[in-house]
Amino acid sequence: MHKVVAKQNLGKNVVRIEIEAPLISRKRKPGHFVIVKIGREGERIPLTITKSDTERGTISLIIQIVGVSSHKVAGLNVGDEVTDVVGPLGRPTHIEKVGTVLCAGGGVGIAPLLPIAEAFHQAGNRIVTVLAARTKELVILEKEMRAFSDELLVMTDDGSYGMKGLITEGMEHVIQQEKIHKAVTIGPAIMMKYTSLLTKKYSIPTIASLNTIMVDGTGMCGACRVTVAGQKKFACIDGPEFDAHEVDFDELLIRLAGYKREEKYNYKEFLRGGAPN
Amino acid sequence: MKEFSIEPVMLKDDWRRELRKSMPAKERMTIKRVVMPMEDPVERLKGNFEVNKGLSVFEALQEARRCLDCANPTCIQGCPVGVDIPTFIKYIEAGDFMKSAQVIKQSNLFPAICGRVCPQEVQCEKTCIYYDKLKKEPVAIGYLERFVADYERESGVPYIPETGRKTRIKVAVIGSGPAGLAAAGDLARYGYSVSVYEALHELGGVLRYGIPEFRLPNDIIEFEIENLKKIGVQFYTNIIIGKTLTHNDLKDIGYKAFFIGSGAGLPRFMNIPGENHVGIMSANEYLTRVNLMGAAKQNYDTPVFYGRNVAVIGGGNTAMDSVRTAKRLGAERAMIIYRRSFNEMPARKEEIMHAREEGVEFLNLNEPVEYLADENGRVNRIKLHRMELGEPDASGRRRPFPVRDSEYFLEADLVIVSIGVSPNPLISMHMPELKVTPYGTIEVCGELMKSNVEGFYAGGDIVRGGATVIAAMGDGRKAAHAIHKYLSGS
Ligand SMILES: Cc1cc2nc3c(=O)[nH]c(=O)nc-3n(C[C@H](O)[C@H](O)[C@H](O)COP(=O)(O)OP(=O)(O)OC[C@H]3O[C@@H](n4cnc5c(N)ncnc54)[C@H](O)[C@@H]3O)c2cc1C
Ligand SMILES: Cc1cc2nc3c(=O)[nH]c(=O)nc-3n(C[C@H](O)[C@H](O)[C@H](O)COP(=O)(O)OP(=O)(O)OC[C@H]3O[C@@H](n4cnc5c(N)ncnc54)[C@H](O)[C@@H]3O)c2cc1C
Ligand code: SF4
Ligand code: SF4
Ligand code: FES
Repeated sequence: MHKVVAKQNLGKNVVRIEIEAPLISRKRKPGHFVIVKIGREGERIPLTITKSDTERGTISLIIQIVGVSSHKVAGLNVGDEVTDVVGPLGRPTHIEKVGTVLCAGGGVGIAPLLPIAEAFHQAGNRIVTVLAARTKELVILEKEMRAFSDELLVMTDDGSYGMKGLITEGMEHVIQQEKIHKAVTIGPAIMMKYTSLLTKKYSIPTIASLNTIMVDGTGMCGACRVTVAGQKKFACIDGPEFDAHEVDFDELLIRLAGYKREEKYNYKEFLRGGAPN
Repeated sequence: MKEFSIEPVMLKDDWRRELRKSMPAKERMTIKRVVMPMEDPVERLKGNFEVNKGLSVFEALQEARRCLDCANPTCIQGCPVGVDIPTFIKYIEAGDFMKSAQVIKQSNLFPAICGRVCPQEVQCEKTCIYYDKLKKEPVAIGYLERFVADYERESGVPYIPETGRKTRIKVAVIGSGPAGLAAAGDLARYGYSVSVYEALHELGGVLRYGIPEFRLPNDIIEFEIENLKKIGVQFYTNIIIGKTLTHNDLKDIGYKAFFIGSGAGLPRFMNIPGENHVGIMSANEYLTRVNLMGAAKQNYDTPVFYGRNVAVIGGGNTAMDSVRTAKRLGAERAMIIYRRSFNEMPARKEEIMHAREEGVEFLNLNEPVEYLADENGRVNRIKLHRMELGEPDASGRRRPFPVRDSEYFLEADLVIVSIGVSPNPLISMHMPELKVTPYGTIEVCGELMKSNVEGFYAGGDIVRGGATVIAAMGDGRKAAHAIHKYLSGS
């Protein structure tokens, strides 16, 4: 069993939990994720490991509440047990010293971006970060990202915080000011699509971490399949990071919305039944 | 440590001779093969309960009488693990069901499972003299095997095989499918301290996440796992060897030998246009959602699609399980799309029959070439062409080829691709020294199930590609035997 040893609210609908998982914490590298399941009836959902503490034997997860399962994870309190945690999954990020790395994160994508920014920072790169959200209160992890960033820009759609505009505008602003050697983009598929188009225009090698729907996370089901450079890839074992310029984002967008109706219905029912946590 | 071997055929035992004499062979041959009592096809679609209800004592006794207790029991040759078929059947006839179960368990640890899922018509029942020589319906070996196993289980006093003297030598089993469970069982009986590591959150491999409840109830798997626990096998779920722990970690913890039974879990796709549309998924995904994640049950969080027109591509057991699941989840049309004909279909005959009874449509000699989608990216039509059978290919089955200008469209809002699986690469990826074939299966040397890496043995689907439950179990046992020889230096 995996006990929750710490919990922290990081903003509206965003929490960080630290759970006991000694084996996973020892093996974890930046870019790795775990699959978590709460209770017998729970769903298996992927969550990035944002930090691991080998001494305490713990891993930290940052969760944004978007539906039933994320709600359940976020509802755990210190002392509660997570029924199932398996990992570390996926290929770790290829970390190298390249010079300046542009980290572009939007929405939930900022959680998986955090450990990658940290790793590139520790490898001696200059980190320029652009975070984006629809409105001020949806900007998450700004403080945490700032700790690893040499420069940080916030963009909001409505201009309620930082600069008004889309994430691509913020990125273009950065790209025009300094030489960027590599970009990392994580966020909603639609955002990654446009950030990738932008960095392609400037020929900046870019990695995107794909938040596909997953079930087992071990290559067994194919739910996470994506098309990269015209080939079928499984995000859980071949990814989740891929060369952003080769990813078919339009397909990803459609596939992500696959269970939207079912999930929405489940969540409504779940909230109506009164969240157990 | 104690060796256990198959008891010598007890043909000469008095009770057996008496029994043979009690009814002349001619009379035995006039008895008609028993018909398995089944749930009504309409009723069974309303639930997820087992279709075959099992034989009554009377039916089992009657069927057991059919067996001629042949001097040369050819049936045994058809069984991949050499179950002593006539002896177990004669114990049924003699009314000693518990003893009968013990006889089976000497070669097959999980008869309740094999009695249900073995493709008997191409194994033991195919080589039964009735079928092979007399051109009659074979003795219902599978039904009888299931009968005694169920009897034993329900008796509340299951036979737990004697274990050898405990040693403290540790052996690790990777994967809890039939191969791993069988290996673990034997290793524990040899006296080793056995741990099974499983990547998923539940045990049983394909038995759990693949084969549906209506064919193999979960209670049975749980019962067998409980028995293994009773003889000291330790189980660890949610541990992926190669990720959570490496084989070197296991060595450091003190394991002296390893059995890899990681299965062939990777779904294959056809790589035709439109295959990534929403509503097209692998049989593994579909069955996992329903069987392992409880997607169709109340209060379970995992969603699944309920298709109106469901097309399942393929003709194996996985395809039958998927199409029958779809029917149970309310599909109006549940269709098998298979590129060859009934004759070549690899699924168990009984499952094909049950599927037909349940109203599954078989579009044989058809092959999808493209999938089309609606404006939301959800599949709505399949473009297919018709096929014709040509000369037999390497597998001995007639090779299908497309009929020219035969394309047509079929409506489908859920497509389940069930055209086979590839070996799970998780272990070999993290163990580059392990020799694998170009297909990704682990190379083992002959009957010993020994890989090229000292102390590592493998079996089941990871060695054979897609095979059968009983073959996987047989491998697990052979490997256990080889591991025992290796560790005891004999
Ligand atoms: C490799 C990987 C790493 C991830 N890391 C994190 C993380 O560190 N923190 C975090 O909060 N989330 C992360 N996610 C996303 C997280 O898994 C999903 O948010 C979660 O599965 C949603 O489950 P739910 O039942 O709460 O919501 P659902 O009811 O399943 O979904 C609610 C809404 O979100 C959409 N949605 C469903 N799945 C996803 C998805 N994977 N990504 C984006 N939107 C989705 C649905 O279309 C629906 O509209 C990661 C995903 C992947 C694949
Ligand atoms: C739907 C379906 C129906 C079938 N029907 C029949 C039938 O009727 N009759 C029949 O004889 N055969 C049938 N088969 C085939 C049969 O199930 C397989 O041949 C058999 O299960 C193979 O057993 P195995 O132990 O080798 O592997 P599996 O049953 O695949 O088990 C392997 C286990 O190893 C685990 N694993 C993998 N990698 C790791 C790792 N790195 N660390 C830890 N654990 C790991 C997996 O999660 C899995 O639980 C069917 C198969 C399917 C999919
Ligand atoms: S194990 Fe399978 S093949 Fe062997 S006798 Fe039993 S049912 Fe037949
Ligand atoms: S071949 Fe058939 S009749 Fe003969 S012993 Fe075997 S099961 Fe009985
Ligand atoms: S999540 Fe099942 S194959 Fe990737």
